[in-house]
Amino acid sequence: MSDDNLLIDATTKIFEDLCDPQNINAAKDDSWKQLLWKALEESGLTSAWVPEKFGGAGANISDGFRIIEVAGKFAVPIALPETLLGGWLLSKAHINIPKGILAVVPTRPRDKLTINSNGTLSGQARGVPFASEADHIVAVLEDTGSTKVALAARNTCEIKPSSGLSGDPRDTVLFDNADAISVRELEGDLSYRSVQLMGATIRSVQIGGALMAILELATEHAKTRVAFEKPIAKFQAVQHNLARLANETAAAVAVASSAADTMSNSSNNDEAIFFEASSAKIRTGEAVGEGTAIAHQVFGAIGFTEEHILHRFTQRLWDWRDDFGNESEWAVELGELIAKNGPEELWPLLTKR
Amino acid sequence: MLRMAQKNFGPFLLNVKTKKKDLNMSQSINFDPIRLPPEAEELRLEVRKFLAEEIANGSFDPSSTILKSGFDREFSKRVGKRGWIGMTWPKKYGGHERSFLERYVVTEEFRSQNAPVTSHFTADRQSGPVLLKYAQEHIKLDILPRITAGDCCFCIGLSEPNSGSDLFAASTKATPTNGGHLINGTKLWTSNAHQADYMIGLFRTSPPTKENRRHGLTQFLVDLKQPNITINPVRNMAGKHDFNEVVFDDLFIPEDHLLGEIDLAWKQATSELAYERSGPERFLETYYMLPELVRVLGKEPDIRAKEGVGRLVAQLHTLRRMSVSVNGMLQAGKEPVLEGSIVKDVGTIWEQALPSKARELASFIDDEPGNRTNFDELLQFSTNIAPKLTIQGGTTEVLRGIIARGLGLR
Repeated sequence: MSDDNLLIDATTKIFEDLCDPQNINAAKDDSWKQLLWKALEESGLTSAWVPEKFGGAGANISDGFRIIEVAGKFAVPIALPETLLGGWLLSKAHINIPKGILAVVPTRPRDKLTINSNGTLSGQARGVPFASEADHIVAVLEDTGSTKVALAARNTCEIKPSSGLSGDPRDTVLFDNADAISVRELEGDLSYRSVQLMGATIRSVQIGGALMAILELATEHAKTRVAFEKPIAKFQAVQHNLARLANETAAAVAVASSAADTMSNSSNNDEAIFFEASSAKIRTGEAVGEGTAIAHQVFGAIGFTEEHILHRFTQRLWDWRDDFGNESEWAVELGELIAKNGPEELWPLLTKR
Repeated sequence: MLRMAQKNFGPFLLNVKTKKKDLNMSQSINFDPIRLPPEAEELRLEVRKFLAEEIANGSFDPSSTILKSGFDREFSKRVGKRGWIGMTWPKKYGGHERSFLERYVVTEEFRSQNAPVTSHFTADRQSGPVLLKYAQEHIKLDILPRITAGDCCFCIGLSEPNSGSDLFAASTKATPTNGGHLINGTKLWTSNAHQADYMIGLFRTSPPTKENRRHGLTQFLVDLKQPNITINPVRNMAGKHDFNEVVFDDLFIPEDHLLGEIDLAWKQATSELAYERSGPERFLETYYMLPELVRVLGKEPDIRAKEGVGRLVAQLHTLRRMSVSVNGMLQAGKEPVLEGSIVKDVGTIWEQALPSKARELASFIDDEPGNRTNFDELLQFSTNIAPKLTIQGGTTEVLRGIIARGLGLR
């Protein structure tokens, strides 16, 4: 058994024990969240992307993406990917990572935050996943030609609570001359855009994981659900729907793991990173639309209930495709690059890797 | 390294090992992010240089080859001379013992430039590997080096008037006779039969059994350059002669032209499918529309066209990553039949939709005289050939049946 599998299996085990979709769907309160977070934090999973010298577990980038994919498979409804990203950002700005949950702002391409001359923060970020559950907010700002990372305690900003389709927090975060604990420049050639691309890749990997899960759920359901005196899996129309769900899942997993691999192995401002990460967010977002519709179709009315766990996956898939740029936003940027490069550069770009 | 891997997780990990994997089925869909190795990328530069020289010498015109037949034996011979046919085959048979990923690069570069590969591609992709596996030694030594030299064209005799997707309904008969078999019947939709030297044909040697309707078919190597074979053209709706009807009238096939076992062709077919279905040719057949669209849209297209192009490119990139991944699995000795079928299903639907998407996205460009001429010509052609893309080499319906079987639904 390789180390890769050890990491995946161990992460899987934590989620199976403490975040089983069936159990938390039936849970009467949120007390499972604390137990889960404690287990993740103690195991070092929440700080996987933070080097040991900044107080983290010091895993490599590709290990972090493996953790995120497993989190996608369980549609984990806590701020694990956000905290991983926040930790990555803090360490890249040489800021020590605090204990607890992190939320990252902004997550929408058109939201901008600013840093004032006295070092305080201003601006608004909408639809921020888990801001109200976070202990600290990690803000990314563009400031006079450089990209900065600010760490702020949650209680220094105003949180307007709101939730996404899944019911998970997606809050508006308001900074009004808010004090930051620390503001530092991002190291090397990391830019504002590279942060967005990292976020887009994280969401793409989560989407791939959750699509694998709904493919599994829908396939098992089709094999056991009887209608017209036979399992519905025996109907060709259902088989072909599930084949299409498998196609979309395969496409999402392939493009997301390719982007994650690129993030793990390329230098920061490489055109390859933009190409891979934007493509991944576009294609996984498209797969969400197709894939969730098919999964719900297979489950019929059963999957439309609160009691069934399917919505735990599909609603989060819909939420995730809006974070860090949706399909349309990235497609316009990618299309712009292709047009600017001209037709002769298209094939070389596609075949660069 | 993670703390968990060092200490905290010790006891956990022991438990995990004994536990059944939670998501075992979804693990059967596997697309590792494989990158092309450095030797493949070096080869890419050689191939580009070769193609640029061919274009410069007037051997073909990338903007119009697709409108022609794509059959050019002299071109194939030059490709063979470079060692780019039968690349993965043993040297003993004229092959070059290179990797599937190197072959991948050659295939995709040729496709992207619309190089005229028709004369050698079928033999390179499918027929050669079948011969390698099932032909007698003296046949291999005779034919395979001619294929790798680019001087031997193959066609595939599967479909018949009453047997298309349902291969196992084939009725063209092979009757035992002194020293071989006599063939009687008709193959239909046989691409390039009129230009090919050989066919690998599927013929009925016994009736199907009650238990197995796939039983009773046998693969043979057929030398097409002999009497008792009539090849009639079947023009397609795009005005091209590609299809043929091939009629056998007491055609004698010697015993040593038998490929594999009598009556058991159904066992032989499946492992080749991953090769046949996962290559870049399965999503690049209308690729020329994409750079042509980018050209007519110009440097600053409207937001709608930008979004449309961005999506198409992201989809194509995804297909390529899937396809490279499958070829990496082939190189590793696996048989990714499910993954190969997925690539072909998603890929052919993409290449089929590309012309109509290009048409929509080009709706609002300025009609400057001449700007659209080539685009419109290619659009007409690609729209005309689009229907065949989800039919040839395994229909969408057949592929989805295979994928459903891979999911354990059938």
